[in-house]
Amino acid sequence: MSQQIQQPATSAIRYEADERGYFGDTWGGRFMPEALVAALDELTDAWREAMADESFVGTFERVLRDYAGTPSRLYHAERLSDLVGARVLLKREDLNHTGAHKIRNVLGQALLTKRMGKTRVIAETGAGQHGVASATAAAWFDLDCTVYMGAVDTRRQALNVARMQLLGAKVVPVESGSATLKDAINEALRDWVASVDHTAYLFGTAAGPHPFPSMVRDFCRGIGDEARAQCLEQYGVLPDAVAACVGGGSNAIGLFTAFLEDEGVEIHGFEPGGDGVETGRHAATIHAGEAGVLHGARTYVLQDDDGQTVESHSISAGLDYPGVGPQHSWLAAAGRATYTPVTDAQAMEAMALLSRTEGIIPAIESAHAIAGALDVAKRLGEEKGPDATVIINLSGRGDKDMGTAIEWFGLGDADLGPEADLEQVEADVASDHDTEAQQ
Amino acid sequence: MTSTRTAFERARAEDRAALIGYLPAGYPSVDGSIRAMRTMVEAGCDAIEIGLPYSDPVMDGPTIQAAAQAALDGGVRTADVIRVVEEVAATGVPTLVMTYWNPVERYGVERFAADLARAGGAGLITPDITPDYGAEWIAAADEHDLDKVFLVAPSSTDERIAMTAAESRGFVYAAAVMGVTGARDATSDLAGPLVRRVRAAGDVPVAVGIGVSNGDQAAEVAGFADGVIVGSAFVRCLLDHEGDEAAGLEALRSLTADLAEGVRRAR
Repeated sequence: MSQQIQQPATSAIRYEADERGYFGDTWGGRFMPEALVAALDELTDAWREAMADESFVGTFERVLRDYAGTPSRLYHAERLSDLVGARVLLKREDLNHTGAHKIRNVLGQALLTKRMGKTRVIAETGAGQHGVASATAAAWFDLDCTVYMGAVDTRRQALNVARMQLLGAKVVPVESGSATLKDAINEALRDWVASVDHTAYLFGTAAGPHPFPSMVRDFCRGIGDEARAQCLEQYGVLPDAVAACVGGGSNAIGLFTAFLEDEGVEIHGFEPGGDGVETGRHAATIHAGEAGVLHGARTYVLQDDDGQTVESHSISAGLDYPGVGPQHSWLAAAGRATYTPVTDAQAMEAMALLSRTEGIIPAIESAHAIAGALDVAKRLGEEKGPDATVIINLSGRGDKDMGTAIEWFGLGDADLGPEADLEQVEADVASDHDTEAQQ
Repeated sequence: MTSTRTAFERARAEDRAALIGYLPAGYPSVDGSIRAMRTMVEAGCDAIEIGLPYSDPVMDGPTIQAAAQAALDGGVRTADVIRVVEEVAATGVPTLVMTYWNPVERYGVERFAADLARAGGAGLITPDITPDYGAEWIAAADEHDLDKVFLVAPSSTDERIAMTAAESRGFVYAAAVMGVTGARDATSDLAGPLVRRVRAAGDVPVAVGIGVSNGDQAAEVAGFADGVIVGSAFVRCLLDHEGDEAAGLEALRSLTADLAEGVRRAR
């Protein structure tokens, strides 16, 4: 396999997949059973035709606006900005209907499902956010919905299981393998092989076989398109950097896509560093994985010497995935984006920080982006002054993560010890971010 | 090495279908899996598919998943699989490896092909590689004169069937139910038409995997296909007698004999 970086003639096509779904001639592709190829071809054709059809695009935009609440605000976090000495802008995807960017993807795919005349959708979910979004879209579009969820995750995220059930979806706990997100994907694929004539697979992230990485990106790219226009309109400049967390990478590619051709804009992805990459208990796929094939795409994979997938670890179930979207692998290999791990501890500190400074409780996923991006903002502030601008994708809200926060911080009782630690968060930020997240 | 084609030619000369048996390497142990596969050869399998256990087997049902996972938990490595190939191929029966792609890519495609050929393996069955994404494997297989067994499915277009038949060597694997591996009570009415479409596309033998678990089903499939592939039912013999190797081998022997009789009954 060649991993040499090709240099197409123009940058406009450089970051796009080719007809076969390869990014940079190497990443992505379609390593799938023949039984699913016809369905993937059908989906590819339907997606291409739909994106070229003004009525589909118009309907998608209308549904996003009227139902999901987009465009989401680009919000100037002033106290956070003061802390780091640069302008920090939060893309408030947490305020979308269902509380995360995921609604964009599922509304796009569900609309496409209706267009294709299929009556049932299936989805995999880790934390439950994509499952809830899928169940929501299925309810709204009147589609049958089955969500596969690792049995470990159904226990960790019982509230989201209940939400899916209330929305009318069937939730199937997956016991096979490590009983987490990757196994839920396996089980959803097994369902799909047997049901493909009437069922669409609403893939939850910009990974998997072609066309999912490109299609999911297209449905999520409104994040970046909006943010770019909002930044220009509100501040008259492009940002100096954009930042997002990266598990599978749908929120990140949704933000990054609009800025790929803006060579002056730094692009930062923050991967789940778990207990620390050096401990082996992490999900920092690009930073610490190696090229391989997982779930139908060539991408960075956490794997052992025999190519067996290694179990990933993150405090954030939504980032706990041993693969990553292939376009991210390509952006990393091409040097267009930088991917850096952020540990559980750094993410939880950032969760507290954003809660205390801005009154916004972020999803732990998004807290990874906050933690990493504040270092970037601080550096840019020092280099360029306080007008240096960083856009951080606040991809989801933290309600679902309160159980983890209660446990981590010792909240919910009268124990003031952890409270005292939290009080330090603000005071410590300037010095902490010098030392902790620079990796 | 012996191309799988020889097994089909022999069966055809005897006016019957070939019986192809699958077991994963490393279950219940590496040596145990060798003994199990040799038992299947002795009892009448014409070719053996050795499964390379993989952490994310999206095309496999619960039976094969369970055995493959147990093999992984037992520590089976890719190098062990090559050793199993060597021991089984030594019987003279065509011996293939069936594997998801990432372990091969990780091992090194060229190195895997070379080691497989050196071990006497006939070739590779690749359930998650189609010819249009298999250029690297096709080149390595051609270099080492290995069988390239690609799959077709009822959902395959005629165009894709033609491409697959043209790129396959040894045989074409017709996965004739839309679904994962696993024993089924009834054979599918999708199988016959699928086999006919592959035959129309070229002269490569067509073997059918459809969840066959007994001689009657084998006879039915042998009525229209060049080969009958049996996997989950063999694995079930071992799973049902876990901890009692003699009983497991006896069950394998008895099932193989029933199936071998079945593929001879049809015509």
